[in-house]
Amino acid sequence: MIDRKVAYGLAVVVLLLAPHFVYPLFLMNVLCFALFACSFNLLIGFAGLVSFGHAAFFGGAGYIAGYVLATLHWPFALGIVAGIVTGASMGLGFGLLAARRNGIYFSMITLALAQMIYFVFLQAPFTGGEDGLQGIPRGTLAGLDLTNDMTFYYVVLAITSLGYALMLRVVHSPFGQVLLAIRENEARAVSLGYDVTRHKLLAFVLSTSLAGLAGATKAVSVGTQTLTDAHWAMSGLVILMVLIGGMGTYFGPVIGALVIVALESKLGDFGNLLAETTHVDWFRQIGVSVTMVTGLIFVVCVLTFRRGIVGSMLALSRKAGGQGARQHG
Amino acid sequence: MDDLILETRDLSKDFKGFTAVNRVNLKVRRGHIHALLGPNGAGKTTCFNLLTKTLAPTSGRILFNGIDITSQRPSQVARRGIVRSFQISAVFPHMTVLQNVRVGLQRATGTSYQFWRSDRALNVLNERAMQLLEEVDLGSFADHVVTDLPYGRKRALEIATTLAMDPELMLLDEPTSGMGHEDVDRVTELIRKVSAGRTVLMVEHNMAMVAGISDRITVLQRGAILAEGDYQTVSTDPLVVEAYIGAPQEPQRREVA
Repeated sequence: MIDRKVAYGLAVVVLLLAPHFVYPLFLMNVLCFALFACSFNLLIGFAGLVSFGHAAFFGGAGYIAGYVLATLHWPFALGIVAGIVTGASMGLGFGLLAARRNGIYFSMITLALAQMIYFVFLQAPFTGGEDGLQGIPRGTLAGLDLTNDMTFYYVVLAITSLGYALMLRVVHSPFGQVLLAIRENEARAVSLGYDVTRHKLLAFVLSTSLAGLAGATKAVSVGTQTLTDAHWAMSGLVILMVLIGGMGTYFGPVIGALVIVALESKLGDFGNLLAETTHVDWFRQIGVSVTMVTGLIFVVCVLTFRRGIVGSMLALSRKAGGQGARQHG
Repeated sequence: MDDLILETRDLSKDFKGFTAVNRVNLKVRRGHIHALLGPNGAGKTTCFNLLTKTLAPTSGRILFNGIDITSQRPSQVARRGIVRSFQISAVFPHMTVLQNVRVGLQRATGTSYQFWRSDRALNVLNERAMQLLEEVDLGSFADHVVTDLPYGRKRALEIATTLAMDPELMLLDEPTSGMGHEDVDRVTELIRKVSAGRTVLMVEHNMAMVAGISDRITVLQRGAILAEGDYQTVSTDPLVVEAYIGAPQEPQRREVA
């Protein structure tokens, strides 16, 4: 597929040049949320499981990484590894309880467990409660000073690209084939001798590990970790990102994350700009009603292009290009 | 001594006081095509679900090759060599025909948890998969996505996937239900062909189809065995005739569908 190579090449160039034009911290945020959304998409898009507690892994990994870096003064790389391990082990715990259930029951169990974790973070002394963790140090990596935002951007880019590559590999692996078969026809997969629960458990742990990687990286790049990341609203937000971007596509969650994060942090500026150019003061209100705007976009998305941005674009190009195109993009 | 591959001992299933299967002692001989027959509500499907472990029996035991499998999980039973089919065609609709069969072959290779390897590792199975597809006349459809296939072809694909497991015992749940005459004939022929060297136990409504290929028939009524034997014995049994038709009549004259 030549188009795909071109698209990926273009994406790499854009990502490499982006921090020279856009605020690097904003970009790091987008990248981390993109990886988080990809981890969620691995479950919903390729295993057919809807986790409603993904914030627990994202936030939990952020807290643990922040704690070992700020309080125990571990080096940067170990902090990230601690985040992955946190995501994986929490995922294992959740998964052992939830993976044998399907559909809404799976979602409810993950939600309930995530709420329990949220209250642990609210009460436990090491998380700083309502204040959260402040001043998480970046330290150094192989002699590089990571306090420089420009340098750190490229580290974050490398980490998230690796996570993205792992997600792609899982989908295109022998395990990915079985996962697809389970999603397509679970009863038949059982009758062919596959232990469905254990496959789902592995998919879940892989997903939560990636969510942990994303959470830890985000905590270090922002330098703080708060309860927002572990709140159930965050679990909802990641669903939104994946649905807007295109569930079951490879690049959709990245686009979805970009749209949502951009709205959350840039909508106020946009409103002010509108207010200044049009002299309609009301536009300043847009900045404080981000949730309404994201909600509206979600409604429009569900009503008009249910496959999400990337999913709809792929469907269009397939219609234009005839049969040859692949199912996922 | 009969060489039994599957045996049930006093197998029973109650649903809140209603006994769907009542002390059934089924004996399936190795190499046979064995049919489970009976009017609607006779307990065929419940019995079948007990054998495939979809349901847990209230009491009684199931033995496969002399080993008690009553408390084993469905996927464990499948790995022992008992593979079932479903009433509606059981395929993986959005995968290609070749990929469907490969899923059946893949389990034995032990690669099903390998998430770090490329799925090109599965290409070594392609040759065997193609052989199986040729066996059911689907060779030329290998690259088609399954949803596009007509119903009869899907059933054929299902059988190819089942064969990929190299099962000792195939459990077929109404293999010809919902089919036109042409497809019934093709699938019947296919079952006869693939039963060589294996044992087949099937639940079936279609008398004519059963008459043609079964070595042994068990007739169920109200959850219990009414009669057993070859077609000749069973079809002339007055109890069977009465249960099936409701009046003394030649059963093979009617296809109960």
